[in-house]
Amino acid sequence: MMVYAAIASRTFRRYATYRAATAAGVFTNSVFGFIMAFTYIALWHARPQLGGYDVADAVTYVWLGQSLLAPAALFGGGFQDEFSERIRSGDVAIDLYRPVDLQSWWLASDLGRAAFQFLGRGILPTFFGALAFDLTLPPRPGTWLAFLCAVFLGVVVSFGIRYLVCLTAFWLMDSTGVQQVAGFCGMFFSGMVLPLTVFPGWLGDVSLLLPWAACLQVPVDVFLGKHEGVQLLQTLGFQAIWAVVLLLAGRALSSLATRKVVVQGG
Amino acid sequence: MTTTQPHPKTSPLIELSGIAKTFVVRRRVGRLRRTRAEVHAVSDLSFTVSRGEMVGYIGPNGAGKSTTIKMLTGILVPSAGLLRVAGIEPSRERIQLARRIGVVFGQRTTLWWDLPLRDSFGLLRRIYKIPPARYRENLDRFVDLLDLGPLLDVPVRQLSLGQRMRGDITAALLHDPEVLYLDEPTIGLDIVSKARVREFLREVNAGQGTTVLLTTHDLTDIEQLCSRVMVIDHGRLMYDGDLDGLHSLGDSERTLVVDLAEPLPAIEVDGGRVVRVDGPRQWLAFPAAASAAPLVAAIADRYPLADLSIQEPAIEAVIARMYAEGVAS
Amino acid sequence: MVDALRAYGWIITMWVRSTMAYRASFLMLTFGQFFGTGLDFVTIFIMFVHTDELGGFTLPEVGFIYATSGVAIGMADLLLGSIERIGQRIRDGSVDVMLVRPVSAFVQAAADRFALRRLGRILQSTAVLVWSLTVLDIHWTWDRVLLVPIMLICGTVIFCSVFVLGAAFQFAASDAAQVANAFTYGGNFLTQYPPTIFAKDLIKAATFAIPLAFVNWMPALHILDRADPLGLPKAFQFASPIAAAAITLVAGLAWRAGIRSYRSTGS
Repeated sequence: MMVYAAIASRTFRRYATYRAATAAGVFTNSVFGFIMAFTYIALWHARPQLGGYDVADAVTYVWLGQSLLAPAALFGGGFQDEFSERIRSGDVAIDLYRPVDLQSWWLASDLGRAAFQFLGRGILPTFFGALAFDLTLPPRPGTWLAFLCAVFLGVVVSFGIRYLVCLTAFWLMDSTGVQQVAGFCGMFFSGMVLPLTVFPGWLGDVSLLLPWAACLQVPVDVFLGKHEGVQLLQTLGFQAIWAVVLLLAGRALSSLATRKVVVQGG
Repeated sequence: MTTTQPHPKTSPLIELSGIAKTFVVRRRVGRLRRTRAEVHAVSDLSFTVSRGEMVGYIGPNGAGKSTTIKMLTGILVPSAGLLRVAGIEPSRERIQLARRIGVVFGQRTTLWWDLPLRDSFGLLRRIYKIPPARYRENLDRFVDLLDLGPLLDVPVRQLSLGQRMRGDITAALLHDPEVLYLDEPTIGLDIVSKARVREFLREVNAGQGTTVLLTTHDLTDIEQLCSRVMVIDHGRLMYDGDLDGLHSLGDSERTLVVDLAEPLPAIEVDGGRVVRVDGPRQWLAFPAAASAAPLVAAIADRYPLADLSIQEPAIEAVIARMYAEGVAS
Repeated sequence: MVDALRAYGWIITMWVRSTMAYRASFLMLTFGQFFGTGLDFVTIFIMFVHTDELGGFTLPEVGFIYATSGVAIGMADLLLGSIERIGQRIRDGSVDVMLVRPVSAFVQAAADRFALRRLGRILQSTAVLVWSLTVLDIHWTWDRVLLVPIMLICGTVIFCSVFVLGAAFQFAASDAAQVANAFTYGGNFLTQYPPTIFAKDLIKAATFAIPLAFVNWMPALHILDRADPLGLPKAFQFASPIAAAAITLVAGLAWRAGIRSYRSTGS
């Protein structure tokens, strides 16, 4: 356990050294937040209470989305580039002989990254948003706490998806295409471009059940106080189930991949 | 300290006179404040290189070697001085000059990372407007000499360092440049690759008459290739001559650093001359072969001496380090 | 100039050839771009499931605005989008390599890794454009007809300039490349929607500071016969070529300043 904590803190510190990149990210997220907020305001003025949100909820949704985009790595990134590169170059064979678990290693690293980006890139955009617009802020400390839990579970689910995506590099010559598709799914089905509750008919019903929903839609709804009491536990349970399922799938696929490496020698 | 070898009196191909390059560096002081500091990467550098020469350009890390190469190739604009390569001022007519020079950076490739060597070379033919016949001829010759045949269809990123270097050198020579600059061409290469690269460079220099200027950390490169060596340290040319001359540098100077009790005008004393004064501290140069004792005694006799130290010639340190590496590899 | 264009041609030809060596991968990535960038329009489409008008504009009208912005940034991205990688190239020292070749560094940076798959976005936006033009009931006059190709060309030029400005900025801050995204992709995002939904200050900034409004908003107001939310003179709706020329000039100067500072500091 100590090892993984050390890995996480090392990644945290590594990301903390990219000061200019962090500042640039905050700037860009904020610019997108401003533009997007106006598109939502226009829509919610036309249709008040759409998807169960009022205008303030909708604008809050926008800013939280911009804040969580980097920590939850909705478009991909994080450990992904490094891990894919190690698979491609065959260096992953070395990792397999390390006395630490491959998946846990990268999970720890990704959690360290997410923790930094949550603090470094997440807080400021929503703060700027709150200066310019009326936002819905949770009145109770318990809601803030539940939000942090939901964000944590969301990052784990996001990791689970991206880990599987990386593993395809074992079988595909070039996994750029898969990464691209995964990135777009991450943006669309997480609710990043539009809340999933606004998606029409079956598309909305289905996307609310997909794992991507756990990465953004759920944490934002928890923040907005849409889930209380038992329902809140159910929602966090939904995230936890996806996290477990995806991590187990990742383990299964890793061991298949490992066998392939051992048999073919990379 | 600078000795100049007599060079054949043809018109120099490369000519530097009083070249300086100063960078302004901003350093973080404390949390928010920053200070500006000037760093003199190269100061008052003057030398000439004649057509057909093969010159080694050496010095410790940060001595100004790369800065010099970057000025010679037109990448960097000198802060002061006069610079001509083949009659062209590099920083002003960079593109015209580029057709007449070849550059190899040991630490990074000039090839296209994702493309096979063949495609990189083909594109360079276009970019440098090499006549097709000439291109074929050159490529065939280099492929033969450097044994590149099996590598032509391999993307550059899959090549080993030695293979890549052979590709890079070919790329730099396809357009028959008059000057070839090599920045650490043998860095990181194994012994076989090093020998091959050296052999090839000798061949290009002797056969084509291509002028070669190379920087290196490997003294063997110099011993095997260069009739002339220039040593740069702290941005200044410390030595310019043949390799033997480096060995007989016994008559160079050491520096006596004295701290006086108070700031005073430059010390006047026999057997030493003041080269720098900074407050109460003064630097005196004296012959390396001479003993420091009489000099110290003479100063202590007439000045309020607080402390002193002796600096060996920086060049000795450079050479000692170079030899240590030369023996190691 | 001729030399530079020629060199650009050779470099992109080589990249296209090398792309075509992996045809399946190329097709997949192009489709990926097509559908991926199409999600932006799906978003707009979903919005219109819930409403008939956004900022007073109907779906086909927003589609027209969306598509003209998409074609413009798609073209700019195809032509010189790779220039946004210049910060990376400054850090790894490969700008030095560009500067020892007998071709302008601008051409090399623009043509570097020319990616034909970016046609995906252009095709997708063109499809939406064609759809919107067939559905829209526009009162076509000769000036409106003429304004369509003009706005696409000027939009491309404006986005090209924004890309170049972003790249020039990286000479000052090589690891803050993301800032450029705020103006390139952010500018595209902004001009996918009608100007009427944005705050007046934001429209003013997009008109007078960075002339994104001239990519499509201004000419589209004339083509769709809408009132300008800022109430600017009608001439603004025909001024895209002037705006494009002005920002091109600024971008050119900024790039030169960037290269000059690189050549005096080496970093």
